[in-house]
Amino acid sequence: MMFNQPDITKLIFGRLTLDALPLHVPIVLGTMIVVMLAGAALVAVVTYNRLWGYLWHEWFTSIDHKKIGVMYMILGLVMLLRGFSDAIMMRAQQAFSFGSNHGFLPPEHYDQIFTAHGVIMIFFVAMPLITGIMNFVVPLQIGARDVAFPFLNNFSFWMTASGTVLVMASLFVGEFARTGWLAYPPLSGIAQSPDVGVDYYIWSLQIAGVGTLLSGINLLATIIKMRAPGMSLMRMPIFTWTALCTNVLIVAAFPVLTAVLALLALDRYAGTNFFTTELGGNAMMYVNLIWIWGHPEVYILILPAFGIFSEVVSTFSRKRLFGYTSMVYATIVITVLSYLVWLHHFFTMGSGASVNSFFGITTMIISIPTGAKLFNWLFTMYHGRITFDVPMLWTIGFMVTFTIGGMTGVLLAVPPADFVLHNSLFLVAHFHNVIIGGVLFGLFAGINYWFPKAFGFKLDEFWGKVSFWLWLSGFYFAFMPLYVLGLMGVTRRLSHFDDPSLQIWFQIAAFGAGLVALGILAMLMQFYVSFRRRDSLRDLTGDPWGGRTLEWSTSSPPPAYNFAFTPLVHDLDAWWQMKEQGHSRPESGFIAIHMPKNTGAGIILAGLSTAFGFAMIWQIWWLVIVSFVALIATAITHTFNYKRDYHIPADEVARVEAARTTLLNNHV
Amino acid sequence: MSDTHALPLTNGADSPGKLNFYLMHEHHPENGTLLGFWLYLMSDCLIFACLFAVYGVLGRNYAGGPTGAQIFELPTVAINTSLLLLSSITYGFSMLEMQRNRKSATLIWLGITGLLGAGFIFLELREFLHLISIGAGPQRSAFLSSFFTLVATHGLHVTFGIIWLITLMVQTGKLGLTPENKRRLMCLSMFWHFLDVVWVGVFTFVYLMGVLP
Repeated sequence: MMFNQPDITKLIFGRLTLDALPLHVPIVLGTMIVVMLAGAALVAVVTYNRLWGYLWHEWFTSIDHKKIGVMYMILGLVMLLRGFSDAIMMRAQQAFSFGSNHGFLPPEHYDQIFTAHGVIMIFFVAMPLITGIMNFVVPLQIGARDVAFPFLNNFSFWMTASGTVLVMASLFVGEFARTGWLAYPPLSGIAQSPDVGVDYYIWSLQIAGVGTLLSGINLLATIIKMRAPGMSLMRMPIFTWTALCTNVLIVAAFPVLTAVLALLALDRYAGTNFFTTELGGNAMMYVNLIWIWGHPEVYILILPAFGIFSEVVSTFSRKRLFGYTSMVYATIVITVLSYLVWLHHFFTMGSGASVNSFFGITTMIISIPTGAKLFNWLFTMYHGRITFDVPMLWTIGFMVTFTIGGMTGVLLAVPPADFVLHNSLFLVAHFHNVIIGGVLFGLFAGINYWFPKAFGFKLDEFWGKVSFWLWLSGFYFAFMPLYVLGLMGVTRRLSHFDDPSLQIWFQIAAFGAGLVALGILAMLMQFYVSFRRRDSLRDLTGDPWGGRTLEWSTSSPPPAYNFAFTPLVHDLDAWWQMKEQGHSRPESGFIAIHMPKNTGAGIILAGLSTAFGFAMIWQIWWLVIVSFVALIATAITHTFNYKRDYHIPADEVARVEAARTTLLNNHV
Repeated sequence: MSDTHALPLTNGADSPGKLNFYLMHEHHPENGTLLGFWLYLMSDCLIFACLFAVYGVLGRNYAGGPTGAQIFELPTVAINTSLLLLSSITYGFSMLEMQRNRKSATLIWLGITGLLGAGFIFLELREFLHLISIGAGPQRSAFLSSFFTLVATHGLHVTFGIIWLITLMVQTGKLGLTPENKRRLMCLSMFWHFLDVVWVGVFTFVYLMGVLP
């Protein structure tokens, strides 16, 4: 019995069979072939140009926070394309699927798409982009050479990438969850979702979550311990302040996600009864726990965006940020309040008038510090000498759009109104309004603002503006109709409608999504054109915008060691003060610089984690054991490596700095 | 705030009154390892907080199955608790020896700590196997699901603590009490005491309060 044919196959492959491949679903099969061909082409190009060694030594194993930041950004932007293709499929489906027309997506496929869209956009687009920008900018802003734990930083990135690999694998091998992006039980329980979809969800988020948590700890320790001499907390650039608060939120929120997903996994794998409907389980506990993580999560995303806007507004208004202190306290107040509002995501649970009032009121209170921030930005612009470069355009677009989104949020915070609007397209419009208008616009402002620092040349202005106007108008076309539909009572996550009078609104929304698609294309075009024109866009001074903070005091791109001499800080806008006082850049007396060494341990550990996650999903138990033991063994072996640093010799520093001196002299 | 550097405000003799913007010698920021490890412990503490909260919600949902009063054997748990508390003391002794730079004494106390931890794990596993054998496994009720998960998560932490302890004993044995190894032993020390504190919570909230009617 034990050793007949099917059992051996099961022993080797677990639940994985050839049926898991999408051979009978033409859309997915087509996508799979295209992705595989593109992947093969990429591998071929890299191999042909003999770039593997370069990629491995200079990027994959790099513990340089700047390179890790760039890798996070690339990961996030690639996944934006995936998340957006899900979005445009949903918009197309809803625009057509009326009456006898059932669109091109069957319900079980549509449900996977809206789940994947939410999961990917939050965890594998917004999070990597936010983490990437913090990784790149924070050490430069505080005058540090790297983060507190450089190896951990590399490991964190690869764990995020590992989670991404699993999410992408679900598209082609098996299926993704059909539960919505937070996978509420009992729907996500084993009885209702017996296939691998929810398991893909659980393991990709658990693995990526390890990376997020460790990077949160890393950046916190960096900001607290590694600031340049003289930079007291109240002299920290505002972006670093928001990064500090965001990482506090990460460290204090992500463990809750880890715990709740582990409990869901136990329900599914071990047959426990946490969230089941029998033997004493309580599904609403899942909803509570996941939102105790989920609400801080939205502030994790928006606070660094606020920081970016603050930097951009003051730089492009040629003024010190208005109300720096109030900005700091507003950020801290939002950080604290973000833990006191989670229940507003399910007023309809029925926890009673008093509980709902409490959470309704705390929710409304958050609009006060947020409003204070908005006025600070306006007063910074007031009497400023504003230049409308691309980062500033995104900022102004944000200020208008986010205010609208914030106001609909306050509407939703009123429990009686929420009973009507709960789970409607009004809600969908609201959170896209704040996440696109806030987080994404902030990231685009940040990308345009810091790109020259990372690569040494500015982004093309024309295509940047095209992209901005397409995104902005596309956003309004895509989501304003959803407010209308939501007020008419249309609920979210529907793949088919009967009432033909609704169709025009969905068609307008689909048109908006088309504009956004063009906006994304314009953005890709912007990268391409800027790369082609890099010589004329070159930033030779390291300070292309007339910046105010320390990252602009070093060259673009910065040398591996960031600063030849650690800067001394006397003022909030440290670099501005240095320029005002006519500082002279030291041109001699260089010393050897102590730096951490590259290591391949991070990518190996993450690769083993991917294998472990995949084996858990498909219940390939031998691989679970092998990969887990290998993980522990590799981690222990890594701790036996004590030689983790080296010195950049003084001559080398002198050579790099002399080259910059020549460059600066030629430029003037 | 955390900045205690004396700040050379001016360049001194050559340019009086002008601010000095560069530190001309190597800057040594404080090592962040202990802070980072504290942050990790606090995040781990939140995982336990969730599990305690879950136990708080589900801990009396017996679903017709056995109650805490029926299945908890307090004498065994008392022995278990003593083993773990004792192991914290022996870890403390090991740290005292480490500060005196006495390698073999440090290692001996670490070894005793590990044995006490292993004894704890042995008794815990025995309790689990017993419960499962009498039909009080984690699938039986929400109470038992949350009980097993909370206690086993703690046990898993102790197990990893023991693996880590053995690793550090090998490293200390090979390379001696170097600054790196001392830092690592400090981190494990914090981890070990943290698990002790969590266990005090488990003992009180799960076992002692569980046998109350």
